[in-house]
Amino acid sequence: MSTPNNLIDLQNVSFHYGDGYVLEDISFSIPEGAFVGLVGPNGSGKSTLIKLIFGLLKPQKGNVQIFGKKINKFHDWSKIGYVSQKANSFNSGFPASVFEVVSMGLTSKLGLFKFMKAPHRKAVMDALQLVGMSDFSSSNIGELSGGQQQRVFIARALVSQPEVLILDEPTVGVDANSTSDFYELLGKLNKENGITLLLVTHDIGTITDKVTHVACLNKTLHFHGETNEFEQFNEREVSGFYGHHVHVLSHDHDHGGI
Amino acid sequence: MIQALWKFEFLQNAFLAGILIGIIAPLLGVFIVVRRQALIADALSHITLAGIAASLLLGKYFTFWQGINPVYMGMGFSAAGSLFIEQLRKVYKHFEELAIPITLSGGIGLGVVFLSLADGFNSDLFNYLFGSVIAISRSDLSAVAVITVIVVIVVTLLYKELFFLSFDEEQANVSGVRAKWIHFIFILLVAFVIAVSMQIVGVLLVSALMTLPVAASIRIARGFKQTIVYSIIFGEVAVLGGLILAYYLDIAPGGTIVLLSALILLVVLLFKRMKQWKS
Ligand SMILES: Nc1ncnc2c1ncn2[C@@H]1O[C@H](COP(=O)(O)OP(=O)(O)OP(=O)(O)O)[C@@H](O)[C@H]1O
Ligand SMILES: [Mg+2]
Repeated sequence: MSTPNNLIDLQNVSFHYGDGYVLEDISFSIPEGAFVGLVGPNGSGKSTLIKLIFGLLKPQKGNVQIFGKKINKFHDWSKIGYVSQKANSFNSGFPASVFEVVSMGLTSKLGLFKFMKAPHRKAVMDALQLVGMSDFSSSNIGELSGGQQQRVFIARALVSQPEVLILDEPTVGVDANSTSDFYELLGKLNKENGITLLLVTHDIGTITDKVTHVACLNKTLHFHGETNEFEQFNEREVSGFYGHHVHVLSHDHDHGGI
Repeated sequence: MIQALWKFEFLQNAFLAGILIGIIAPLLGVFIVVRRQALIADALSHITLAGIAASLLLGKYFTFWQGINPVYMGMGFSAAGSLFIEQLRKVYKHFEELAIPITLSGGIGLGVVFLSLADGFNSDLFNYLFGSVIAISRSDLSAVAVITVIVVIVVTLLYKELFFLSFDEEQANVSGVRAKWIHFIFILLVAFVIAVSMQIVGVLLVSALMTLPVAASIRIARGFKQTIVYSIIFGEVAVLGGLILAYYLDIAPGGTIVLLSALILLVVLLFKRMKQWKS
């Protein structure tokens, strides 16, 4: 395999909010076309890691590179879509239609003092189509179910046609059926639309047949590699790391003979 | 009424200013309400009063100052107050709402001291507190017109950023929206709108004109743009109806405008109830 093109690259990154490091000496990269599953117990620093990628927090040690550029030199944020852990904790009475919420995703692509035109409106409808929410474009966002809202937020992240999509526990509060539909959707975005994905989740078992890479985080990076290597990273270790028993291999499919 | 409007310049001033205020106060009010900062308007209006009092005080000692419209100094104070609030919110990160009572009581305190020194407890003060149909001069009207043009242009140009920031600040930051600048510009606009609206609605009631029409609109609108449109319609009905009532009953328009806004809100809530009942 030729050296992959890393879209996101963290080198020896350490971070603390006040006392004590939350992340320590993390080296982590996302190759183009990958679907990376990031797992770890509550408080292990997953959301913090993502905030470092977006420059919302600055590491005390180490470097963050995005599309090969130092983070402070990178400005093309419309290339990276983000669905935050708190995306659906917005004020549910907020009077915004689904169409308007998805339009927000074009803000940085349009730039200051620019207005939506016909092609932008079409892009919004296309993004809604992609997540199967076209019928709801004029509903108020607060009237939708949690799973439907999640889809709308994905559409918002997709509307600027990003190359990378980062999702922080997007299935919290979504029922099991919708969750598996949702992972299907992510798999499709990765395989058919070629979007590089970073997914933070606790569903370590359900995703191992979708993701190409797995990363286990708990202050330090315990494992980071391709999914098939992860399966050799033995089950006992993962259980110890989570503090209870976890089914890593809850699926049985062929991994291309490796 | 039409005849009177034709005849008296002061009435024309009041109505034209009212029409403009009926647009800009609810327009900014929508953004304030959805961010749950409804009380900011109250804090700023009290600071504006302190500015007006300061201007009256200066006029007592320097005769040349009497020619200067006190609204300008009110605007200056209001703008300074808005920056002060932003600063306080940073200091009290986890108690952001503390900034409001601090500014509000500071404004009243200053206002009372300045007014006492200026012997300002007279009928002029009554106009500032509750609004007036007759106190709007041509120069007041042009101040309102200038502010209206600025507000409409800025909100149009920054609409998508303001909307995004109001909905989800973190996500907006991630998308590269310059939150600090936009907050700064927005709160300055609010300060100016409050200063110019005050003469018609009054210090004590100006925040109601920014929030009540929005409260009604939010109940029935689909989407954000529609919320803005309904808010402005309700605001216009309240201001124009309130001015007409105030003129005929010979009372302060602040009261009639706010009561009409409250009535609209009530009607909307009842209407919504009935619709839910039927379905
Ligand atoms: N704003 C903050 N200020 C101080 N400490 C914080 C802050 N945010 C997070 N922390 C701490 O940093 C650690 C990592 O938090 P983080 O939110 O990154 O965890 P997480 O892996 O995303 O957890 P979860 O699975 O619950 O979402 C936690 O111990 C948390 O207490
Ligand atoms: Mg988290």
